Amino acid sequence: MTRYLLRRIAFLALTLLLASLLVFTITNLLPGDPARIMLGREAGPAALAEAREALGLDDPFPVRYVTWLGQALQGDFGTSFTTGEAIAPLVFERLGNSMRLAGLTLLIAVPLAILLGVVAALHANRWPDTLISVTSLAVVGLPEFVTGLILIQLFAFGLGWVPANASIAPGATFAEALPAMVLPAITATLVMLAYIARLTRASVAAELTRPYVRTARLKGTSHGTVLRRHVLRNALLPTVTIIAISFGWLISGLIVVENVFNYPGLGRLLTFAIDRRDLPLMQAITLAAVTVFALANLVADVTYAILDPRIRLA
Amino acid sequence: MTTPSGLHVHELDVTYSTAPGTLPTVRRATLHVPRGRTVGLVGESGSGKSTLALALLRALPENGRISHGHVTLDDVDLTRLDPEALRAIWRNQVRLVPQDPLPAMNPAQRVGSQLAEALEPEDPRKADRAAIDAVLTNVGLPDPRRIKRAYPFELSGGQQQRVMIAMALLGAPSLLVMDEPTTNLDVTTEAAILDLIRDRVRSDDTAVLYVSHSLGVIASLCDDVHVLYAGEIVESAPVEAIYERPLHPYTAGLLAAVPRLDGRGARHPLRAIPGRIPEPGARPDGCSFAPRCPIATPQCHAEVPTLTERDDGRAVACHRADEIAAGTIDPLSQADADGERTPPRPVPLLEARYVSKTYARPSLRPFSRTSRPGVHALRDVSLDVPRDATLGLVGESGSGKSTFARVLVGLEPADDGTVSLEASPVPARLKDRPRALLERLQMVFQSSDEALPPHRTVHSILARPLTRLAGIPAHEVDGHVTRLLEAVNLPPDYATRQPRALSGGERQRVAIARAFASQPDLILFDESVSGLDVSVQASVLNLLDTLQRRHRTGYLFIGHDLAVVAHLADEIAVLYLGTLLERAPTARLLAPPYHPYTEALLAAVPRPDPHAKPVRPPLEGDLPSPSDVPPGCPFATRCPRPLGPTCDDEPPPLRANAAGDHQVRCHIPLDELEAMQSPLVDARDGSA
Amino acid sequence: MTPATATPPRARTGWRTLRSLFATPTSTVGVVIVGVFLLLAAIGPLVVPYQPNEQLLTARSQPPSLEHWFGTDRLGRDVFSRVVAGARDIFLLAGGGTALAVLLGTLTGLMAPTLGGWWDEITFRLYDTLLALPALLLALLILGTIGPSRSSVLFVIAIAYTPIVARVVRSVVLSVKTRDWVAAARLQGESLVWIVFREILPSVLPALAVESALRFSYAIFLVASLGFLGVGVQPPAPDWGLMVAEARNYVFTTPWTLAFPAAAISLLVIAVNLAADGLGRALQGETR
Repeated sequence: MTRYLLRRIAFLALTLLLASLLVFTITNLLPGDPARIMLGREAGPAALAEAREALGLDDPFPVRYVTWLGQALQGDFGTSFTTGEAIAPLVFERLGNSMRLAGLTLLIAVPLAILLGVVAALHANRWPDTLISVTSLAVVGLPEFVTGLILIQLFAFGLGWVPANASIAPGATFAEALPAMVLPAITATLVMLAYIARLTRASVAAELTRPYVRTARLKGTSHGTVLRRHVLRNALLPTVTIIAISFGWLISGLIVVENVFNYPGLGRLLTFAIDRRDLPLMQAITLAAVTVFALANLVADVTYAILDPRIRLA
Repeated sequence: MTTPSGLHVHELDVTYSTAPGTLPTVRRATLHVPRGRTVGLVGESGSGKSTLALALLRALPENGRISHGHVTLDDVDLTRLDPEALRAIWRNQVRLVPQDPLPAMNPAQRVGSQLAEALEPEDPRKADRAAIDAVLTNVGLPDPRRIKRAYPFELSGGQQQRVMIAMALLGAPSLLVMDEPTTNLDVTTEAAILDLIRDRVRSDDTAVLYVSHSLGVIASLCDDVHVLYAGEIVESAPVEAIYERPLHPYTAGLLAAVPRLDGRGARHPLRAIPGRIPEPGARPDGCSFAPRCPIATPQCHAEVPTLTERDDGRAVACHRADEIAAGTIDPLSQADADGERTPPRPVPLLEARYVSKTYARPSLRPFSRTSRPGVHALRDVSLDVPRDATLGLVGESGSGKSTFARVLVGLEPADDGTVSLEASPVPARLKDRPRALLERLQMVFQSSDEALPPHRTVHSILARPLTRLAGIPAHEVDGHVTRLLEAVNLPPDYATRQPRALSGGERQRVAIARAFASQPDLILFDESVSGLDVSVQASVLNLLDTLQRRHRTGYLFIGHDLAVVAHLADEIAVLYLGTLLERAPTARLLAPPYHPYTEALLAAVPRPDPHAKPVRPPLEGDLPSPSDVPPGCPFATRCPRPLGPTCDDEPPPLRANAAGDHQVRCHIPLDELEAMQSPLVDARDGSA
Repeated sequence: MTPATATPPRARTGWRTLRSLFATPTSTVGVVIVGVFLLLAAIGPLVVPYQPNEQLLTARSQPPSLEHWFGTDRLGRDVFSRVVAGARDIFLLAGGGTALAVLLGTLTGLMAPTLGGWWDEITFRLYDTLLALPALLLALLILGTIGPSRSSVLFVIAIAYTPIVARVVRSVVLSVKTRDWVAAARLQGESLVWIVFREILPSVLPALAVESALRFSYAIFLVASLGFLGVGVQPPAPDWGLMVAEARNYVFTTPWTLAFPAAAISLLVIAVNLAADGLGRALQGETR
């Protein structure tokens, strides 16, 4: 188990290293000149050369990558092209906001999705199953920006229950930020809900047909006990992995949701950076998101290993 | 009546609702299992025996339904019980031992809690631990503490099945249903479990229904037998009577189709049953067996025979039972192969010398570079495969028998050792072998499901080796395909079919035809008949015999069933944990002196004869892991004739008899072995 | 168990699969809707009343009417004509990107595990790394760098989905590779390429078909999301996501300009999902 953990962590480090290389490679494929993009059209050659020097753009690619990575590892992502401010504090603040939103979303989505999935599986091919699968399919078809706009219409402008603009004052507590987060979280929930519910249903339905369920029933164990003690325990194991995978969806979904609601998270910052072609900021944001995603996967793997004796004891 | 009457099944119909429609799977099944008796239910795959077993426990899957008849257990009608009452019956009265123990246990729960649940379903913690320990010890698991703490996957197959049996015995059920509990076990493990069932499971209070496809297992275990064919019970009788004189042509055919260890030397043709079991829903009019029956009359094709009780207490569903009983008609089909033959003196065709193979086992997890300890699949195996004769290779799982075949054909390169074909060396890797060599060595694999590419037609499967290896010109291919199909007794129109439209036996015939397409000198059969039903297996064995004579092809025939291998082989080699333990001409191998392992294997073979009781106690313990082979004699850990530390520490020598055709790897000299052993194969066995 | 009577000759299996797409009412609905959209994409621009960017200065912000089925937007552009024109874009970008991803993913997914060793290692290490970035994030990073254009959207979809397709294909190849019939083919001296394309590929096709349909539905989403975020297809192109983004500030005055493109996205995605679902069921029955 310890060896498994260590290997997973090493694997995580390798993934992050390769991902950072990928991110850096992509952003350096830019067919333009970063210095010119930063300084604008009317900059003179001398100023450009100076900026290039300052940004280290004259160094060969590997040198630049190693320098960049070394600084990033120390928490230094450089300064923004556009604002001239240090990137790290900005990214961390926005990351915090995004994580809060993600946490709230998971809090709503995961229990609800598992509940729906289990209910559907237990009533496989009867009306609750049909209802749940048809509804989730309909929800799958709605892009986040559409659901988001509809929800704003209904609850912000229509009923006036929550603010339409999800801005959060810097340093706001979770409770203070909550009203602004509710609609974005619900929107993001709808993105994940169908996916997790569907896979949970498949997992529970498959588990119900396993021979050990029959063994338990033939011992005279009651239906509810069989479900609790045997079926759910094994069926929800894969759900751990499903949630980790859907975390990737959540990140994608949040980028859109934050833009719909003007929520001050990492996703909003990313579109801002792209708008301004602020390469260092883009790199930092991407790296932060990738790290969070990879960590989520690690947590899922470890949880799975703890819950499954076949891995724990191997 | 004061004594409980056991299980009565009366005219039971079971149907499955499936996409195409309702399938009647069991029809009018009537049987009686009194307390204190063991009743066998025998049938081939598709006979509905497992369905019947589950139905009488009311444990059918959701789409299954009892549509007619009654099941009474001690005069309680189970078919009328509401779920609550049924649960009480499940809890207190009946138990099921399934075919596969591992999937029947919760993978994420310790064995101890699962056992406890059998006593206290709602609160396992209240269960009587002493009772659990006692039962575990009783089923041959002497360390209950360790077993209870283990997860199912940590136990060996034999241990898992012992746990399932222990679970069944907890609470002293009045009905115990065992659904092929030994089918997936190795021969020696099977023998030990059967021993356990004979000695510890049977009791005066329990009615035992034992479901199996194996006539040998049923014979050694049961008091009464019911024969199931296409969902109908066709014959019921006490076990001695049915094996002595079967009254239904199907029973007679089954008994005649089993290869026997009969010391009559290799190969007398088996009597196969032509055709196959009809699918539920596609049953013929009249008697279901009529299309395959050698003595069917027009009446048989028109009228369904009913299971009729006879004066002697037996019951049979056949229109011609009286004639068969009177002996005026022979219910067996004629053997479809030519008569016996004397095997030619084997001339070596392919010689393997000191072949060794170790697998570096990859880690269980993806992306891992670290490997676990290597598995010694083969250690210095030297064997000659004859021309125009058959070498049988016998071993349990982990013996390395399949690896040996894969090394010979080049699918896996050996680590060490040489292989030569008629004295010219054969490259170890497949890609280094010229086409002319590929043409001469072919192989038929085990699983009929995997034998053929699923998306091609039979024609294209057979045409490819014809053009590529045998060099048949394109315009002659069709004729050759037809001839190949005819050679394996398949109609020519099968050429247009895809594998999924064939039965298991038919697929295996196509695989055989494919192997013969390039007219090879040697064909390797890796457990090629193990997955087939007895009646089908017999006809494939006969086919292999016929083809060998016609084409003068050498066979390496690999199997775990000594009786099947002995039926076909001129010579037999015995592998254990990658080491060759014995090799001799078949008749010599079946008589003392035996290697102690061969002796145990022979004793373990279940014989379709109620009088043939096991001669020696079965082997103790489990097969050691192939990654952890004992340093001395590989068999030392389980050997019933140990000499002491010598066996544990020193690899035994390969001893040969005076004639040089019998080799035994043992510390005990051959003459001493012969003196302490008695023949395990007697003429009685073959008298049926 | 194999039905004794079934004898499907090879040529008819494709036809049966196609027919089983219509086996359930829901999958039929899905297939029909996708078909309608496809038809619109193909011939739509020929039959719509207006050019997508044609501004009718006399008919700005008109609600839906017989003249303008879906109304007109602030600039006086006919929303119906734009939605129909957008269908072609969606099929070209999402469909084209998916097709590219399926092609690349299938080739590498087939060959890498077959060749094994370093090929497999390097290919899938790269894919794993790409998969460490959620699809939209990867797309934004690339588009943010090379700048938005239609060809770069196509390219981004291909990059984002190739690894996933390759993974699906690879898992099937790995499970098929150890089958006895592959060994039998090797014993007959068949080449690797022949085995892969004649014997393994057909086994991969069912999983691949379902995966392609799913990818296509995600790709529609991705294109729309990119359009909405302003980094995909650029104005004034009639991209559905872009149309929603342009309409969001006028949702009180001209709600139809938002509703119809949004409905188009949802309808197409749901239809593709329904069709994929039916396809999955049909092919599952095929391969067992």
